[in-house]
Amino acid sequence: MIAHTIFFYVFSIIAVISAIMVTVSKNTVHSVFFLILDFISISCLFIMIGAEFLGMIMLIVYVGAVAVLFLFVVMMLNVAQQKNQWFISKDNSKHIPVGLIISTIIFFELIIVIGGWKYKPDLFNAVGLNSSDEISNTHSLGQVLYTDYIHIFQISGMILLIAMIGAIVLTFRQREGVKKQSYVKQISRERSEGVELLEVPSNRGIKIDD
Amino acid sequence: MTDIGLGHYLTLGAVIFSIGIIGIFLNRKNIIVILMSIELILLAVNINLVSFSIYLDNLTGQVFTLFILTVAAAEAAIGLAIIVVYYRNSGTIRVEEIDKLKG
Repeated sequence: MIAHTIFFYVFSIIAVISAIMVTVSKNTVHSVFFLILDFISISCLFIMIGAEFLGMIMLIVYVGAVAVLFLFVVMMLNVAQQKNQWFISKDNSKHIPVGLIISTIIFFELIIVIGGWKYKPDLFNAVGLNSSDEISNTHSLGQVLYTDYIHIFQISGMILLIAMIGAIVLTFRQREGVKKQSYVKQISRERSEGVELLEVPSNRGIKIDD
Repeated sequence: MTDIGLGHYLTLGAVIFSIGIIGIFLNRKNIIVILMSIELILLAVNINLVSFSIYLDNLTGQVFTLFILTVAAAEAAIGLAIIVVYYRNSGTIRVEEIDKLKG
């Protein structure tokens, strides 16, 4: 139990510090790196608490796909070196107290909700989901995901498909002056327009490059 | 203090949620950091769902965390595509220079 405590505090402190660094770091590339660190530490927490499938999926989806996508866009748009000005320029400083006040209010509301909520009495001694050793977290998740939640699962697949199509449609553009291959034109060429038979006089040859 | 319970995980989720809100409000740099703050908020929601799922001994929270993960990935892809298109059209994604909607 003491190991649980130590690892919880280590990972959560890393997660909170890296979340702060995501918002305040001057370089956007550094923000993406801290976001990756945040996801990794939270997925370590998930694995530690017993949701190992979700921890691994978070590593794959967030670190492997989303964060790399962010990094790709940051590199592509050349915004990495823009200065963070929210504590320098005067006209923007009115956002800072508003944001701080609203976020502290939200934080204390959440804390009040957590503290005021009466836990179920047996919740204090709950040992977690995977108390039975013969069935793993992935196994039990798969058992409910493909039976009880199959429609929501397929709808989420549709959401991913629509997101993919939307991203492609949004960023697709046709450039002017780029030579492209036209398969229809290539296939529908007749022999008469491509090949010409010539009579070649012997001993004199013929010029074809006029 | 040495016994980690549900309240610790919920507090961690609340802290990361509030940091995400701060990131949205205080960001004067570019929209990509705002999208990253939204990812932080979704991460905090995921922490809440997973910890409730573990401590209440109910798998529904983890299933919904999977769906939130899906929606977050789709949202990041669409948002980044919109940002790329906007940058291509206007040449900037700084927050204070995006005022076409006169908001």
